[in-house]
Amino acid sequence: MKSTWVGRKEKSMDAEAAKSIGAAIAMGVGAIGPGLGIGILASKAMESIGRNPEATSKVQTAMILAIAFTEAIAIYALVVALIIKFV
Amino acid sequence: MEISLAAEPLFHIGNMPITNTLVMTLLLSILIIITSLILKNKIKLVPKGFQNIVESVLEALLNLVDSVTQDRKQSNKFFPLVATIFIFVILSNWIELIPGLGTIGLHEVVHGKTVLVPFLRSVSADLNFTLALALISFFSIQFFGIAAIGAVKYAGKFFVSPLHKPYFIGTFVGALELIGETAKIISFSFRLFGNIFAGEVLLIVMLNLVPYIVPLPFLFLELFVGFIQALVFAMLTLVFLKMAVTEAAH
Repeated sequence: MKSTWVGRKEKSMDAEAAKSIGAAIAMGVGAIGPGLGIGILASKAMESIGRNPEATSKVQTAMILAIAFTEAIAIYALVVALIIKFV
Repeated sequence: MEISLAAEPLFHIGNMPITNTLVMTLLLSILIIITSLILKNKIKLVPKGFQNIVESVLEALLNLVDSVTQDRKQSNKFFPLVATIFIFVILSNWIELIPGLGTIGLHEVVHGKTVLVPFLRSVSADLNFTLALALISFFSIQFFGIAAIGAVKYAGKFFVSPLHKPYFIGTFVGALELIGETAKIISFSFRLFGNIFAGEVLLIVMLNLVPYIVPLPFLFLELFVGFIQALVFAMLTLVFLKMAVTEAAH
């Protein structure tokens, strides 16, 4: 039994593969939150436009601003993924 | 197909590297300045042709600024900064659509390997540019705020003394708002940089795989994203300017 532990080779991943997997996971997980957030924002905006079509331009302006804020979070995740992969 | 996060230097003047984005920034600024000078010299009361287009674009921007500030005098104060940011960012975002992105360039030896240094790289895909623009926005917001309501009242928004009504919660919220102001710099720069750089990488990869017809939807996407990011940058600057010059509500 003990002899199988002697001279056991240590298993490790090479750096390039680890970088690729890290970048993929960073972007993938980082897109979940903003995706849900933008969906909720847009659905509420559609509802309010449907109830009150006169306020369309006001609601639209505020919606685009809010979507830009949430999308920025996905962009942060993208930048982290790019840094992992290319730097 | 080399993709580098930082802008690649084309040549060096002394010890300072001249990157391809620096050259593109200079070309873009010269283009805008020459266009404005030509328009100014040939201005007519009844506009025709190019002057018509420029007037309609500027009128649309002024109406946009009006819709946020609700005050024509204030719009006139904010308009130069916001419109310049919008026009410069939208033109620099659309540079990446010009054919030759990432492919036409010089072969240079960097760190022992021969890499291709492309001439065309979108100006906003350089973190230096977006950071500089974010700093300009941040400091303009502070200066406009101080100029409008005075330094003491403006500092009073962030440094709330714990002896008055909201007590310690007021001080805490003021400190959070101060941190939020500095987070805006990071948020502005990374939003623009991330969007445009990711778009460039996407275009380079797609055009590398299938050069004809298939990249069309991606080109449209990049056109749209470039416009939206310019609009968002300008409008966020405008909204924060408006918030900075209004007195704290009590």
